[in-house]
Amino acid sequence: MSTAILDSQHGVSQAHDHDHDHDSGDMTVFGFWLYLMTDCILFASVFATYAVLVNHTAGGPSGKDIFELPYVLVETALLLVSSCTYGMAMLAAHKADKGKTIAWLFLTFLCGLGFIGMEINEFHHLIMEGFGPNRSAFLSSFFTLVGMHGLHVTAGLVWMVVMMAQVYSRGLTPQNTTRLSCLSLFWHFLDIVWICVFTVVYLMGVAQ
Amino acid sequence: MFGLLTLKAVPLDVPIVMGTLAVVALLGLAVVAALTYYRKWSYLWTEWLTSVDHKKIGVMYIFVAMIMLLRGFADAIMMRGQLAMAEGANHGFLPPEHYDQIFTAHGVIMIIFMAMPFMVGLMNIAVPLQIGARDVAFPFLNSLSFWLFVAGAILVNLSLGVGEFARTGWVAYPPLSELGYSPGVGVDYYIWALQLSGLGTLLTGVNFLVTVLKMRTPGMKLMQMPIFTWTCTFTNILIVASFPILTATLALLSLDRYLDMHFFTNELGGNAMMYINLFWAWGHPEVYILILPAFGIFSEVISTFTGKRLFGYTSMVWATAAITVLGFVVWLHHFFTMGSGANVNAFFGVATMIISIPTGVKLFNWLFTIFRGRLHFTTPVLWTLGFMVTFTVGGMTGVLLAVPGADYVLHNSLFLIAHFHNTIIGGAVFGYLAGFTFWFPKAFGFKLDERLGKCAFWCWITGFFVAFMPLYVLGFMGMTRRLNHYDNPLWHPYLIVAFFGAVLIFCGIAFQIAQILVSIKNRDALRDHTGDPWGGRTLEWSTSSPPPFYNFAQLPTVHAVDAFHEMKENDTAYLRPASYSPIHMPKNTAAGLVIGLIGAVFGFAMIWHIWWMAGLSFIGMVATFIVRSYNQDVDYYVQPDEIERIENQRFPREAGHSHNRAQHAQQLAQEV
Repeated sequence: MSTAILDSQHGVSQAHDHDHDHDSGDMTVFGFWLYLMTDCILFASVFATYAVLVNHTAGGPSGKDIFELPYVLVETALLLVSSCTYGMAMLAAHKADKGKTIAWLFLTFLCGLGFIGMEINEFHHLIMEGFGPNRSAFLSSFFTLVGMHGLHVTAGLVWMVVMMAQVYSRGLTPQNTTRLSCLSLFWHFLDIVWICVFTVVYLMGVAQ
Repeated sequence: MFGLLTLKAVPLDVPIVMGTLAVVALLGLAVVAALTYYRKWSYLWTEWLTSVDHKKIGVMYIFVAMIMLLRGFADAIMMRGQLAMAEGANHGFLPPEHYDQIFTAHGVIMIIFMAMPFMVGLMNIAVPLQIGARDVAFPFLNSLSFWLFVAGAILVNLSLGVGEFARTGWVAYPPLSELGYSPGVGVDYYIWALQLSGLGTLLTGVNFLVTVLKMRTPGMKLMQMPIFTWTCTFTNILIVASFPILTATLALLSLDRYLDMHFFTNELGGNAMMYINLFWAWGHPEVYILILPAFGIFSEVISTFTGKRLFGYTSMVWATAAITVLGFVVWLHHFFTMGSGANVNAFFGVATMIISIPTGVKLFNWLFTIFRGRLHFTTPVLWTLGFMVTFTVGGMTGVLLAVPGADYVLHNSLFLIAHFHNTIIGGAVFGYLAGFTFWFPKAFGFKLDERLGKCAFWCWITGFFVAFMPLYVLGFMGMTRRLNHYDNPLWHPYLIVAFFGAVLIFCGIAFQIAQILVSIKNRDALRDHTGDPWGGRTLEWSTSSPPPFYNFAQLPTVHAVDAFHEMKENDTAYLRPASYSPIHMPKNTAAGLVIGLIGAVFGFAMIWHIWWMAGLSFIGMVATFIVRSYNQDVDYYVQPDEIERIENQRFPREAGHSHNRAQHAQQLAQEV
């Protein structure tokens, strides 16, 4: 009995074996989605802290005193454009056009680098004026919230360099396309977070 | 060059610490010598340390958890010993600065480095098997999670010999945990140990959610998953939703300490209550993260050993879901005394009490499963029954504490200490020990000694009551937590009784260790040849014990809850397919181990402000990850002839057992 032959119904299960393919793209993308949701909660915690501490200026400047909206608008534009260019990179990737994929990725990278450069410049400027993160609870939470987004963008830039190298050396393999999809989710996610930062920190800060 | 680190960091003048270190060093040398003498290094490296097999990772988690249990318990019995002595003129043997480190380390170790890994270990061993999967969704990530947790554990233990641990209590409330009041490295050890292991836990949560949602065996619907898998799934939901809050909170505290920021300080607008809110927004879900899988274990144990389907499977799932949601709206009950006003306190008080309803549903489900069943009094069942009594007491004192008015009196008293030990020991720990005995034969292929297991149980449960019931009384008598000395002679007798209780628990732990050693010695007599030592109902029992590394030669097809029970009823349980197909499996990798260990170096460098080392090790971690991403050779196919060979070892010896179902059941009944 223990060696009896299974009926055909059990044979069907073989078709499901691909679910257990450890590189199967949809599972990776789904897992990455879940990770992004945890990242979202990370940002939510810091947003909440910012909201609690925004008026704790301790005699130092408030947002209204230090934010320069036109400058931040340029920053925002750079990041939004980079999301579009990343979308173009994904379109090229789905058309299996390796050269164009890398070209669009490179453009995205430049936009992201510009964004980070402008942010560092803003921070540097504020610190030089004596409005560094140790001046007040408000400034601590401002630097941390914006800086945390900046660190995420920086991580995204490092990842993008690695992806450009991998696409260049190996082409648009299924594995690389999956990874590009994950980075795409990450990049657009950071864009959405930035829109919240722009609204909650800069727009509401200046409107106060 | 070495930041704040000097030779003075080693506490050469504290005999307790130096004695402990000497013993640890001797044991470590003995292990190294034994591994070398028996030439087991390569076995250890290839079969365990670099393994991505969820079963082996689970075993390693539990191994570390048990070591940490000993460390955490040593802290506990030192505290009880101190308090049994330190009344009036007697100041005991622990000076305040040492005592404060001990109660902090005890809390951190027991929650983060004992209970969590024990739970994650059981989840690793059982969940993929229960859903008929061959591994988790991301095996490399699973290994990385484990090694990040180990990195955290290394840091906590390192603090014993190099520097100091936090003196703040396991919650590390500011402003006490700020640089001004805790200038040493203790809080930094706390921060980085929790950050590293917390990252590991978060990745585990993501990993197992994807596993459960995407890798169930054909036919298994969500509402057909074994109840332990369900409770783990809710735990993982809690993990991914709450651990990022801990990460953020500790990061903000680090910024206060490292970059002179003002989130939680007294000066320049900081708000310490923000930390406390954030901490418990993680901390309260955390206690449900610990307890829910234990509920799942009790459900499996009760239904297996009564030989009945669990009463109210659906209500059990929904009760767990309700607890998951409610667990997020009660955090403020940890600090009613913050003074957020009557309405806010009332909301959180009522929300807390409501949690007792789904918990009550569960209790009645277990009772009704036992009702008119044929309950076998095995060790796991004893743990379960002990839990049902103990946890009910703990739950009721919890409802009492949920009344804000009462909480104002009992806040931070020993009543609170008794309450949460009542739920964590009587709930989570009893559950894990039940699960340990229950799944041990699955993981190792032989059962644990029953007699010693029962001795351990009776010592644990009597020890628990003797140790903690006096603490309830002391709470009413006004004794607060974290005292290392007192002047009230009325408290003294209760604290002596409590110390005696701790000694009884020590006997329980000793029996537990003896049980493992004796069972290893008698393993041939205790061998489980069937793969199904208890008459199990779920898929993990349908494969051999221990399972082959691919778990299932052919994925089972599921039609109902208690799938394996159904297969046995239909006589389809032990069928062999005519031929096997190749099985896709991940290859071992050392990347997780390397990243984890570099992570420990990174944490150490941050703690001691050794910036060059911190920078290098951070780059090292990222670089290892990138190098790993270049590796294409991460998986392979197990060929049918090899599967055939492995399965042939299993089936001949099983044939006799699976022959006659009734005989098998009878034989089992006699055994237990």
